[in-house]
Amino acid sequence: MYETSYHRAGSVADAAALMAKAEDGKFLSGGQTLIPTMKQRLAAPSDLVDLMGIAEMTGISDEGSAIKIGAATTHHEVATSPVVSEGIPGLASLAAGIGDPAVRHMGTLGGSISNNDPAADYPAALVALGATVTTSKRSLSADEFFVGMFETALEEDEIVTSVSFPKPSQSAYAKYPNPASRYAMAGVFVAKMSGGDVRVAVTGAGQDGVFRVAEMETALSSNWSAEAVAGVSVDAGDLLADIHGSAEYRANLVTVMAKRAVAAAG
Amino acid sequence: MGVDGIGARALRKEDKRFITGKGRYTDDMVLPRMAYAAFVRSPHAHAKVTGIDASAALAMPGVDAVLTGEQLVGDGIGNLICGWMVHSKDGSPMNMGAWRALEPEIVRHVGQAVAVVIADTQAQARDAADAVIVDYDELPAIVDAVAAMEAGAPQLHPEASNNLIYDWEIGDEAATNAAFEQAAHVTRMDIHNNRLVPNPMEPRAAVADYNDAEEHYTLYTTSQNPHVARLVLSAFYNVAPENKLRVIAPDVGGGFGSKIFIYPEEIVALWASKRVGRPVKWVSDRTEAFLTDAHGRDHKSHAELALDADNKIIGFRVQTVANLGAYMSLFSSSVPTYLYATLLSGQYDIPAIHANVKAVYTNTTPVDAYRGAGRPEATFLVERMMETAAREVGLSPAEFRRKNFVRSFPHQTPVIMCYDAGDYDATLDAALKAIDHDGFPARKAEAASRGKLRGMGLSCYIEACGIAPSAAVGSLGAGVGLWESAEVRVNPVGSIEVLTGSHSHGQGHETTFAQLISERFGLDTDSVNIVHGDTDKVQFGMGTYGSRSGAVGMSAIVKALDKVEAKAKKIAAHLMEAAEGDIQIEGGELKVAGTDKKLSFTEVALAAYTAHNLPEGMEPGLKEGAFYDPTNFTFPAGTYACEVEIDPDTGKTEIVNFVAADDFGKIINPMIVEGQVHGGLTQGIGQALLENAAYDESGQLVTGSYMDYTMPRADDVPSYQLLTTETICPGNPLGMKGCGEAGAIGSPPAVINAITDAINNNDLSMPATPERVWQASRAGLQQAAE
Ligand SMILES: Cc1cc2nc3c(=O)[nH]c(=O)nc-3n(C[C@H](O)[C@H](O)[C@H](O)COP(=O)(O)OP(=O)(O)OC[C@H]3O[C@@H](n4cnc5c(N)ncnc54)[C@H](O)[C@@H]3O)c2cc1C
Repeated sequence: MYETSYHRAGSVADAAALMAKAEDGKFLSGGQTLIPTMKQRLAAPSDLVDLMGIAEMTGISDEGSAIKIGAATTHHEVATSPVVSEGIPGLASLAAGIGDPAVRHMGTLGGSISNNDPAADYPAALVALGATVTTSKRSLSADEFFVGMFETALEEDEIVTSVSFPKPSQSAYAKYPNPASRYAMAGVFVAKMSGGDVRVAVTGAGQDGVFRVAEMETALSSNWSAEAVAGVSVDAGDLLADIHGSAEYRANLVTVMAKRAVAAAG
Repeated sequence: MGVDGIGARALRKEDKRFITGKGRYTDDMVLPRMAYAAFVRSPHAHAKVTGIDASAALAMPGVDAVLTGEQLVGDGIGNLICGWMVHSKDGSPMNMGAWRALEPEIVRHVGQAVAVVIADTQAQARDAADAVIVDYDELPAIVDAVAAMEAGAPQLHPEASNNLIYDWEIGDEAATNAAFEQAAHVTRMDIHNNRLVPNPMEPRAAVADYNDAEEHYTLYTTSQNPHVARLVLSAFYNVAPENKLRVIAPDVGGGFGSKIFIYPEEIVALWASKRVGRPVKWVSDRTEAFLTDAHGRDHKSHAELALDADNKIIGFRVQTVANLGAYMSLFSSSVPTYLYATLLSGQYDIPAIHANVKAVYTNTTPVDAYRGAGRPEATFLVERMMETAAREVGLSPAEFRRKNFVRSFPHQTPVIMCYDAGDYDATLDAALKAIDHDGFPARKAEAASRGKLRGMGLSCYIEACGIAPSAAVGSLGAGVGLWESAEVRVNPVGSIEVLTGSHSHGQGHETTFAQLISERFGLDTDSVNIVHGDTDKVQFGMGTYGSRSGAVGMSAIVKALDKVEAKAKKIAAHLMEAAEGDIQIEGGELKVAGTDKKLSFTEVALAAYTAHNLPEGMEPGLKEGAFYDPTNFTFPAGTYACEVEIDPDTGKTEIVNFVAADDFGKIINPMIVEGQVHGGLTQGIGQALLENAAYDESGQLVTGSYMDYTMPRADDVPSYQLLTTETICPGNPLGMKGCGEAGAIGSPPAVINAITDAINNNDLSMPATPERVWQASRAGLQQAAE
């Protein structure tokens, strides 16, 4: 790791001010991606601005038709929150399946979506539930927020402060983990909103990160059952291929995970 | 702790230290004025070094020196050696290329060191290493061993044309070919044994301290065999004479073979310490471990098994290409030859065997012994062939094996080994019963009703441990003898120190060895200390690998104990005015049989040291040493049975039951043995399902971190069912065979045999990743439908 200066921000405004002063600064949340990257000398920020002490970025609140989760909330907190388990069980089980206990106690919602790893789990939930991302500057829909592999709409000095998830009538997430990293090789989040709107979002498999599968959404809108998606396959041409899985295999997993997610959603 | 003799499940004495963070590892050593080393490593698999510019690095804060290969060679530091001479079948010696601890001219694998930075802190050394500018002219690279032998392939070393190190053979080729002409059935397979990265929990490390007043070096290092390290550093690398070099291997966190070898980094640390006049510490990070710890396996073989009309094996023919990487590591030459092809007879009575092995250089990390070393490769080959042949001729795999078992001992195989004792039916019976083999069809049907595929696979392994009779290995090319030493020192108050040439890096010697003394004298294991790992304290010893510390290391202790016991009895007889033959040792006391006369062990020890009243002419003291040279290898054997359930939608394999029935001969501490088997099985299952060191065509290690290299985790393996049967090893005083490697040797074929049974397709290579199993099961289902 190269030398760096550490700052702990007390508020969102304070964090923005610290970042403005830094030569080449980075925000730090759980550090589960940023610190390993720095240790491998693949990132060398001059300054780290720690967001974990900012009260306004923490907490989970039930807002009736939606659940608002602060960006600095850890995966463990989301996984064990009664509010989330009750309102969006698929989201609680997704958070419970991220990494290992140590990672879940450190890693955060804000850090995960800002990083937008194509194999990360949260992006599937945000897109499938039609979540709204609130930043230090604006509000964005999930579809606008995720731009591509490791790419978001965030500006350099912009901080994700919270995410608001509309409550679905049914939802579930099914993930097939990469055997080595246990990130998603294919993770499918299915959601049926109270108005009957159905959304299916896939992570881990796409070359440009999270994506929706319109054909599955249509099929499920008329028939909410595992069989409805069994015959729907995604185009392998747009999928990732690596030593752990070819595009053809990932395409198969997307269909299998979609079936399992619908079955789990009940 | 109490008196815990042979057979007691004594808790490990060393665990309190390890569990509470009080272990002392090489990286815990901090010496005054210590500096840190960081290596500048090649990013290319094959390249000419055309220039090294260290000026920017030297100007950085805290930097003491930047040293290069040119200086190292100039100072007379010798090339790294391979300590086992293997001759090709035409009689020519193996073709060994030069390996320098820092390479001045041509780098041959990614991660090879070209320079070292010495600085005040580790961070400064690493920052400066990044600032050393090395100019390379890239050369074409080759990573596949078969392709490396083809005309026009990139050449690594001028000494080895076509990258061929040796073309070796064993067995009677004419007799084997004749058997194939008689064969009623021939089974043929191409088998790849995947390359593995050892991954001990503690990465390698070295702290070197040169004292110029005494011209003396001390090296703390992560070694499985500190005396061998000292010998090689002294005799071949010209670091210092042995009496001017102390090697200490303190607590070591796992080795699995990878810490047998002497690597460039230790040599450079010693040399640099003299150059800069300060102690120098180097600690490998995990990336360096992936790139520079000797890898394991990497064989490509073609095998043919000939059966007669009665399904008895009449011949076995094997051709293997072994990838040894860019350089010949310390024992690399012996692994695909004498540790591999000598086990090709398996548990079976095979009249004719012939094997040809070609060892080849490639632009990859050097390959050497890794848990099992050659024997897993042999077992995988033999047991995949056995299962496949059984399926082809329509016999149950158990029945086919039984038909061919060796049943009378000693049994001379056609490939050097002479099996001394065993009962292969006993382990097979035990395993089949424990896994409820008879109930398998019902379980398979039940799984099918849930859309799952069940399979059952066996592996009847044999291995050769207790390495090894010195004269025998010497005649096969070994550069060292493979005996072991021990010294038993009874202190004046009766507590005991045992100095052993074995080295514990996870095996629990401090407990097991103490149990021997506890058994012999009836003493508390707490009053026994095991001393190892320091060349200044312990007499010359050969170290720990090849499951030898029990069969060889403890045999040396037994010999020393015999001498201590004899002297103690003489003293007791003299003091109690009894005949020596009437003295019995029991519960920490020396008693005169048939009387109530007795002395405590402490009283006898004290008498030996006060020397006020000893038998006429007896030397004072109670301390004896012994060397033990085995007369044969030992032959642990057993049957592993594996039951899997496959999810055909994803190709995911779940091991639903795994039974290991092992014959390890005499067992000293069953709990420790079970721990060894658990670890070995998990590594073997890791090889079968998960682990693979994959290179791309340019020679970059694609699986260079845990993000891509799949280590087995607790939820990848089942709760094992372990059983043991016992045939006593006639070759050593305790009747022990060894248990350290069996799990890793026997398990991979059991797993692959089970999966191929489940998916009805035999064409599956390791690691059987979900994608591979998914692809193969689709093909298998198609075949079944046709
Ligand atoms: C061993 C291991 C296993 C893992 N397994 C999984 C898995 O299975 N699934 C999965 O989805 N993830 C997994 N992760 C990732 C982990 O769960 C975190 O979600 C991820 O590391 C990012 O969150 P963080 O809080 O640690 O962010 P950090 O590492 O602190 O930051 C990540 C990036 O986001 C930026 N950033 C952080 N917070 C904000 C913010 N509020 N606003 C703007 N930018 C911000 C940082 O500057 C940095 O660039 C794993 C990580 C590890 C180490």
